[in-house]
Formats: sequence, C-alpha cells, structure tokens
Amino acid sequence: MSTPWIAVAQILVLVVALAAVHVPLGGYMARVFTSARHLRVERAGYRALRVDPDADQRWSTYLMSVLGFSMVSVLFLYGLERLQNHLPLSIGAPAMDPAGAWNTAVSFVTNTDWQWYSGETAAGHLLQMAGFAVQNFLSAAVGIAVVVALIRGLARSGADGRVGNFWSDLVRTVVRILLPLSVVVAVVLIAMGVIQNLSAHTELTTLAGGTQHVLGGPVASQEAIKEIGTNGGGFFNANSAHPFENPTPLSNLLEIVLLLAIPFSLPRTFGIMVGDRRQGWAIAGVMGTLWAGAVGLLTWAELAGPGVVPAAAGAAMEGKETRFGTAASALFAASTTSTSTGAVNSMHDSLTAAGGGVAIFNMQLGEISPGGTGSGLYGMLVLVIVAVFIAGLMVGRTPEYLGKKIGRREITLVALYVLATPAIVLTGTAVAIATHAGQAGILNPGSHGLSEVLYAFTSAANNNGSAFAGLTVSTPFYNTLLGLAMLLGRFVPMALVLALAGRFATQRTVPPSAGTLPTHRPLFAGLLIAVALVVVGLTYIPVLALGPIAEALS
Amino acid sequence: MNPTLLDPTGPSVDPETAAHPRPRAAGRQALGARQLVAALPAALRKLDPRDLVGSPVMFVVEVGAAACTVLSIAHPSLFAVSITLWLWATVLFATLAESVAESRGKAQAAGLRASQAQTTARRVVAPQDVLAHTTGRGDLLTTEVSSSSLQVGDLVVVEAGETIPGDGDVIEGIASVDESAITGESAPVIRESGGDRSAVTGGTVVLSDRIVVRITAPAGHTFVDRMIALVEGSERQKTPNEIALNVLLASLTIIFLLAVATLQPFAIYSGSRQSLIVLVALLVCLIPTTIGALLSAIGIAGMDRLVQRNVLAMSGRAVEAAGDVDVLLLDKTGTITLGNRQAAELIPVEGVDAEELADAAQLSSMADETPEGRSVLVLVKEQFGLRARESGDLVGAELVQFTARTRMSGLDLPDPVGFDGASGEGVRHIRKGAAAAVTAWVHSTGGHTGPDAARIVDAISSSGGTPLVVAERRGSEPARVLGVIHLKDVVKQGLRERFAELRAMGIRTVMVTGDNAVTARAIAAEAGVDDVLAEATPEDKLALIRREQAGGRLVAMAGDGTNDAPALAQADVGVAMNTGTTAAKEAGNMVDLDSNPTKLIEIVQIGKQLLITRGALTTFSIANDVAKYFAILPAMFVLVFPQLSVLNVMRLSSPQSAILSAVIFNALIIIALIPLSLRGVRYRPAAASVMLRYNLLVYGLGGLIAPFIGIKVIDLIVSLFPGIG
Repeated sequence: MSTPWIAVAQILVLVVALAAVHVPLGGYMARVFTSARHLRVERAGYRALRVDPDADQRWSTYLMSVLGFSMVSVLFLYGLERLQNHLPLSIGAPAMDPAGAWNTAVSFVTNTDWQWYSGETAAGHLLQMAGFAVQNFLSAAVGIAVVVALIRGLARSGADGRVGNFWSDLVRTVVRILLPLSVVVAVVLIAMGVIQNLSAHTELTTLAGGTQHVLGGPVASQEAIKEIGTNGGGFFNANSAHPFENPTPLSNLLEIVLLLAIPFSLPRTFGIMVGDRRQGWAIAGVMGTLWAGAVGLLTWAELAGPGVVPAAAGAAMEGKETRFGTAASALFAASTTSTSTGAVNSMHDSLTAAGGGVAIFNMQLGEISPGGTGSGLYGMLVLVIVAVFIAGLMVGRTPEYLGKKIGRREITLVALYVLATPAIVLTGTAVAIATHAGQAGILNPGSHGLSEVLYAFTSAANNNGSAFAGLTVSTPFYNTLLGLAMLLGRFVPMALVLALAGRFATQRTVPPSAGTLPTHRPLFAGLLIAVALVVVGLTYIPVLALGPIAEALS
Repeated sequence: MNPTLLDPTGPSVDPETAAHPRPRAAGRQALGARQLVAALPAALRKLDPRDLVGSPVMFVVEVGAAACTVLSIAHPSLFAVSITLWLWATVLFATLAESVAESRGKAQAAGLRASQAQTTARRVVAPQDVLAHTTGRGDLLTTEVSSSSLQVGDLVVVEAGETIPGDGDVIEGIASVDESAITGESAPVIRESGGDRSAVTGGTVVLSDRIVVRITAPAGHTFVDRMIALVEGSERQKTPNEIALNVLLASLTIIFLLAVATLQPFAIYSGSRQSLIVLVALLVCLIPTTIGALLSAIGIAGMDRLVQRNVLAMSGRAVEAAGDVDVLLLDKTGTITLGNRQAAELIPVEGVDAEELADAAQLSSMADETPEGRSVLVLVKEQFGLRARESGDLVGAELVQFTARTRMSGLDLPDPVGFDGASGEGVRHIRKGAAAAVTAWVHSTGGHTGPDAARIVDAISSSGGTPLVVAERRGSEPARVLGVIHLKDVVKQGLRERFAELRAMGIRTVMVTGDNAVTARAIAAEAGVDDVLAEATPEDKLALIRREQAGGRLVAMAGDGTNDAPALAQADVGVAMNTGTTAAKEAGNMVDLDSNPTKLIEIVQIGKQLLITRGALTTFSIANDVAKYFAILPAMFVLVFPQLSVLNVMRLSSPQSAILSAVIFNALIIIALIPLSLRGVRYRPAAASVMLRYNLLVYGLGGLIAPFIGIKVIDLIVSLFPGIG
C-alpha cells in the first residue's frame, strides 16, 4: 500500500473509532455531571477536603476554588521538584533550579506539559508518579470542570449565577472518568509493549560489546493519562517517539484515538446537558471539520513537502520515526496540536515549513479543534458566541444562543477571551525576538528561527506543550517567560469563561421561535468555521507571513 | 410595503396624506453632493478628539492620522503625504456620515421650533372649583401671561384661531384642532373633555370653538420639546446593542493594534524595519473602520426612519426592542377590523319577505346614530334600493333612542290608515336591538319570538357575528319578529398575509378584544392571528403581558386610552396613539402621530432593519481585511522575502501603490456605504436562516470579493502618478 493510501486508511479507522467511542463516553459524562449520587470513595474525598459537594456555587466561588486548588497544586509540585533529590525513588535526579521548577510546576498544573528538561535525567520516579502523573489527572479534570460549569450556565434559567460545585465536578471527573479509563488503557498499552516498572537505568552489554543504558519506569500508567487528559508530557524526552512510550503503529493509532476521545465526546455531553443534542452535533462537526482540514493539509505538506528529489531521497523523514512513517507522523502532529496535548511522535522542527505552519496555526486557533479536555469545548463555545453575535444581528434580533441573550456584558467577556491568548503569544514572541536573551536560544537563523520562537509562545499560551525543538528554552529567561505565558494563557480565559457561565446562569432562558437563529444547521456551522479561521487568521497572519509562510514559499 | 396597512383608521387621519409621503419625508431621497457639502462644517467640528473618543475605532484612526502628519512634515514624500491625507479623509468621512444622518433631523427640528415660538396664554385666575360652578360659557376670568411661565395644573382658555400654549388635557368644551405642526397632517382633529380624546399638544392651533385646558407639562418639557431633542439626536444615547457591538469592535481594534505593534520587532528581526507610516496604514486598514465609521449614522438613521413614518421613539432602546419582539398584542377594533361592525346581511324569519324586513330595519335605524346603525341604512340602500327617508316622510314619528337600559332603538310611526293618537291604536312600533332585549319586549306585549328567530340568532352568534333582532308591533296586537340583521366585523384587507410574514419571523400575534370568545375566535380565524384574548379587561391585558414576559418573551402593543396606560408601561414596546390620553402617551415608549395601531408591524420591521444593517456592515468590514492583507503584507516585506510576491494576487504595481490603494479603498468604502447605512439594508420578512444565508452571501462573500476589485482599480489609477507607481 502506498503512503497516501495508508494515510487515508488510518484516518478512516480513526474516524470510525471516534464515532463509536463518543456516543457512550459523551452520554456517560453527561450522567456523571447530572447525577445526584455520590460514591463512597468520593464522600471520603469530600470529607478529607472539608468541602460540601452539594453546595451550588456562584461562578465567583467556583473560580476561587479553581484558582485556589491550582495554586496549591503549583506550590506542591514546585516543592516536589526542588526537593526530589532528598526523597525516595529519585533514581539520581537532582533538584530542579528555581526557574525550571517554576516553569515545570506551572506547565503541568495548566495542562500544558511543556518540558524544557528531559525526563530521563531530570525527573525521578517519585516526581513522575506523585507529581506529574497526579497533575495530569487533576489539570485535565479542572478543564472539564470549567466547561461543565459553562454548560450548566447555558442550561440553567434564572439561577442567580450558580454554576455547580467545583469540588464535586473535580472529584467525579477523576474518580468516574479519568481513573477507570486510564487503568484500562494502561493495561492495554502494557500488552502492546509499553513498559511499566520501578527500576532505574539498567546497564547492558550489547552484542557488539558496547554498553547501553536501558531506561525503566512506570511509563504505561503515565502514558495513558498523558493522552486521555490531553496533557502530552512525555516520560522520556523523545515523548511518543520513544519505543517504550509508543512501541508500534497500532499503539500509535491508539494514542491518537485517546487524545481525541474526550474532546470529541464533550460536545455530546454538552448537547445532552443543554437538552438539544443537535447543538452538540453542530459543534462536534465544526471541530471535526477543522481537525480534518489540518490533518489533510499537514499530511499533504509532509508527503508533497520538500520537492520531488528530496522526497524521493526520504528528506521528509528527517525527525520522524521509521516505524510510523510520514503519514502516521503527520496525523499525530495534526492531532496533538489541535488537542492541546503536545505529545509528539516526531520532531515538529523537522516538519516541512508548510507542515510546521499548519501545526502553529492549529494551536493559534485557540485549541478548539477539538482542543484540550474541557478547554477545547469552552474555547469553541466562546467562538460560537462571537459567531452568534454577528449572525444574530444579521437576522434582526438581539443575538442569543440557547435562549441566552448576548448583551454588552457577555460580549465584553467574550471579547476579552478572544483577545487574551493572542496578546500573550504576540507580546511574548515580540519580547523574545527583540532581546538578546531571547535571540540567544534560536538555533536556526531567519524565518525558521522566528517560527521556533513563535511556536514556543503559541504552544505555551495555548497550553499545548509541544515544542518545535531547535529553540533552547532551558534558560531562566525562557523558563520564566513561558511559565508566565502558560499561567496567564490558562487562567485568564478560565476566569472569563466562568464569569460568562455566571452571566448565563443568571439570565432567564428565552424560548426559541421561528425568528431565532438556528445554531445547529450547516449554515451556522460554516459561519462558525469562517469566524474561527478569520479571527485567528487576521490576528496572526503578519507574523506567520514572516515565519512559516516566507519559509514555505522560498 | 402593503399600502392597505398604511391606511389610517384613526378619526384624525385622511387616507390621502398617509398614503403619500409627507413633505418632510422628502429627505428619503438619495444622498446628494449638496447634502454632503452642507454637512461638512458639522463634520469638521466632530473631528474634536474629545467627541471622537466615544468611537474607539475612529479615535485610533485619528491618532494614527495625527502621528502621520507629524512624520510626513518631518520627512515629506509624496507617499507619506498621500497616506496622511487619506487617513484624515477616513476620519472625516466617518464624521460626515454622522452629520448627514443628523442633518435630516435638524431640518425637522427647525420646523418644530417655529411652532414653539412664545405665545400668550389666557390663564384662568380662579382655581378649578370655581370652574365647576360656572356654566362653562364665556365668563371665566382670565389674565394674559407668557406661555413659558405656565405651571403644571394651570388652566388656560383657548379659542378659535389661538395657539394652545402647552401640553394639557381638555377639561371643558370641544374643539377642532389643527395638529399639522406636529403630525404633518392637515385635516383637523376633534379634541373634547373627558374620554380618550382629551389630550392636546402645545403649539397646535384651535380652529373652532373654545376649550379649557389643564396644563400637564411644564414649559421646556413639553411633547414638542422632547420631539425636537429626539429628531436632532441631541439626546441620543447609545442603545444596548450598539454598545455591545462597540465592545466587539474595540476588542478587534486592540487585537490589530497588538498584531501591528508586535510586527515591528519581527520585521526588525527579519531585517526589514518598517516605517511608522506604513504600520499606521496597515493598522487603519485592518481595524473595522467601515462599521466603526457608520455605526452612529446607522443608529440615527434608524430613529429617523421612524420619524419619517410619524412615530416618535422616546428611546433608542425601544427601537431595538421592537426588533426583538416575540408577541404583538393587537386590539381588534381599528387594528384588525375596520373601526366598527357593519351590517352584512338581513335574514327574515319565515313568513316575512325580505323587503318588509328591510323597510323595518331602515325605519328602526333612523334614530340610531351609531356606526352600526348607519351601516344598516347603507345595506338596505345597496341591497334593496331603499333611499333614506326624508324627515318629511315621517311626519309625527317618534324616534326611540338607544339607551343602556332598553338596549333597543326604533321609532313609533303613526299609521296613516287608522290613526288614533290618544289610544295609540294603529301606531306602528318598530324596534331593533340585542336579541335578549327585543325578545323581552316581544314577550311583554304577549307575543312570541318563534323558533325560527332563535335559530337565526344562534347561527349568527356562533359564526362570530352579532345578531340584531328587528320586531314590529301594530297597534295593540302582540309584537312579532320580522327578522335578524347580521352585524359583522370587517377584517382589513391584506392582514392575513402580513400576519403570515410575522409568523415566519417568529412573531406571534395576539388579538385583544372585549368580545366573547366565540366571536373573537371567528374573527381571529378570518384575520389569521395566532391567539385571542377574549372579553379582555385592562387587567387581563396587563396579566397577559406579564405572563409572556415571565416566559422570556418581549411584548409590543399599541393603545390609546387611560385604561391602556398600565399595559403600555409594562410592554417592552408600547406605542401610544397621539389621539390618546396624556396618561397613555406618558406610559408608552413610542408615540404614533398618525394614531394608526397597525403601524406596530412597521415599527418591528424598522427595529429589525436597524440591527441587520449593523450586522451586515460589521461582517462586510471584517471580510474586507482578507484582501487588505493580500495587498499590504507582500508590499511590506517583498524586499526581504521576494517569494512573498506570490501573495500579491492582485498584481499591484508597486509596494507603495499597494499600500496607498488599500488606504484609499478603506476611506472611499465609507462614503460609498453612507447611503446604505442611512437607508438601511434591504429587508424582507423571512425566517432567520433564510435571512442569514442571504446576508452572508451579500455582505460576507461580497465583503470578501469587493476589496480585491476595488483595490486593483484604485491601484491602476494611483500607479499613474510618478513617484508612487
């Protein structure tokens, strides 16, 4: 089978798998967040946390809970990183420096999993298990909790800004969704050849007589949540390109399914919770279209890529694993950048210029296609409101979505959301590119160097976490600045989303009429895609023109 | 527009004038160069940054233009000076659009002011209790005071030929009043004390008779004062939707500000530092200047369109709310049906022939001055050729007036054959009235109504009509029923189609009537309204509005009586009739000077058109940016990255020409769209998805394509100039 056919076949398998998974998973998640019952283990958790899981929180209280919980997580992780050499199971890893520890702590708490270090040498098993893996669960759960609050806001009527209980949403997400899924997936991954042990490096003498370090660690357990929670932080530096993390083409496809599973199922959860499944289909359709477009473009760029002669010589295989090939690498790259996962099975720095551009643009869309766990859906819903606002005016009514009027306050929150991430990306990139400390890290000169910096800030602010490599980011300058970008890129939008949820929950729901703009039809879906592309496009096109576009056209 | 809906039904309106535009509506003509020039001084005054700061987009353009002015003075070049001038032109075009929109209102305000010229008022010296004891004729003691010194509660006497000095209610007398100064309507209207026609407006002229008016508004706060403020736009506040849109536009402006500001470091890194003028040009082209420039003109023009239709909106909020209305409450009488019921048919009982019934019906209606009574005369004349009798034909006849107690009218006719006045022998008594009343009368004479009459009455009632039974008694014989007159509500032409349009737009119509449920439903079915509120009291109406609003729906209604005031105040859009009481006018948030309740439908459409125009131009504005990128980005960086010339899809002649062409297009498109923003986009009632598809096609796709063509054409011209091309 030729490569293009492999590309098409695996995309089809992927689509079928997701179509099969999203129905039960989406429905199950809706039940999790609407059920009145607490499990015994959850009750124990609530008692330990000293919270009342039945208290219906106002959006501001919900936000304070999110921020407070995340702050504690950052502090805990920072402490663990700085003290790991004094703790058991460190397998010789030293304490992280302050800037690096700050960056990594923020990185895992914000679901970014940006890694300036290499896991093999910088993180011991305890830090991996009690630090990173735990945050992989919790940060994913926080994202889902926030989107559930927004969905409740839309679904409720005249609820005085009450959007649910953060602690209950958090605990249920972990206990009922992420943990069971991860256990099953980890076992499957072990069966596929992913390692799972607590051993340190094993030194072997090879047949040729040389010595080789064989790494060990609890990889499978972390690999599962790395994908399911769209975290992306690799156990090893090579991430999913490493054979112990991602041994076969089959495990590769499974990992792609996993990182797309929850983001593509949440629209169904949303549809069920707001009482109109068609709304969920429309959003899943838009996410799917954007994702398919990115996959198609990136695959095309990599296959057609560098020209006839270099392609024949296998030039586009630079930085890619031979056991996956071009097509599977392109599919992985497109999926990981459109889900805020950031796991990689190839080096994105080695993508063709056009392919790298697609990866950057994917993230710049704001991680909505389908985006991270929770964050993808709330990002998309914010864009839905922008589209509803413009389209609503064009049908001659005060714009409304799901019976909620989009007035001055709502549009202010939405506008700030749309503004926040580009502001962080552009300011961060500009500061880095204009200072010596920033320019010092650039490996390649010219356009590609600009792409490297742009990629780093785009990845951090959008909480993706994948890296373009090339750029040396293990400096205090980049660690501090990118840490800030991740923190602001995560919590400023979250605060705005929760405020929006509060506004919607306060409003009474207006019943739909024939004059109401239908938001589940292809026409609106098309408009939504256009809004996403144009709003993002117009913001980033100048810098893209100087980076990837200039490079691709040369 | 359906002309029948413009047909006025209020007593004060002459169909001729309503069907044709008023003199002041002539401003609706296309935008002329003269209008632009006339608006120029005001536009220049509006360039004051303190005024402009309210429009964030245009403020940014002005700051950019000012910066470019400094730069092009420091380093003059044809390119720099051209860009600077066109940037100033961009700002000026925006303020020009607003001035032109305002100028229409200004002309009208001047006319209104003329009617406000100080007049002398004849104030009654004695307090009101004195008035109660006078005969009401002539001998009230008055002093002459200036109209501006009148207080609320003062009584003034106004006679034929005098101007009414202030807003008030007629408390005594009846007069015909010329209200053309306000309504543009030359036919005089009747104003009388008591009832729903008691309100008079300052500045209008009494044509006949004499009235005593109690002043209800202090000088300077009268209806005309408010009108002047409204049409001039001096009281214009941004409407909620406009504010929301402004927020979105401001945030887009900030995004582009960031994108352009951060572009310089990237450009420097790439070895292609940009001049500030080019960066400002890029910024101005990207920020949504088209909608930013026209936003306030659209709002003013929307209010103006209402004024053209003789509707005064007391707030822009109400106009916007009109576009959102979900439920329209329409009074049956005057809105859905022609003013009154009309006789449609005469049905004789068995054994009576139609001519005999017609004759009796005509005679019985001689004393009936009500519109229903007159319609009986019209019917018998048309169907049976019976001319109205002259008074000479009925010598000795005694008219029996309709009273609330008897609920019958008729006459007693001396029988020329056996006349015997003293005993009443041979006198012919004819009665017409409600079935119950006539039946009682027949029984009281010892007669029987018979099963036939009852059957006809039931049939008419169940079809929604009103039966009037005609009976006759000759001499002292028992009375007998001759037949039944079928009174019918006549539904206005074209309403069914109009209601169907409203339904397509998602607006539900509810007919409000005092009729019983059966009658109401029959009329509702004929007119095609969605729902009925039968046997409605003002309290029912208010309760209905509250119920709909509790369900999250917006309600609009029209009303005139004092009874309507609470409902008008409760409704999201309350249109008071100008003929109505002061209380109603105070309660509503719009006043219809033509007093035509059907106009509610037009008001809804104007509200929608206002929002659509904003949305369409926003979409257009944003879609334009794509082409501008294709023009400007290659131009900026083609020196350092020659490969970017691939993006120059328009094949613009030179980098400088490309940038200048984009700036010029950006400015000219504002001027080009002023007429559209004043007129509003084309609007036809349709379902939301149909409208969206159409508008996206025209303004989205159009906005994407138009600038490619526009910029190319401008480039062809600009490139002819040496030094740029």
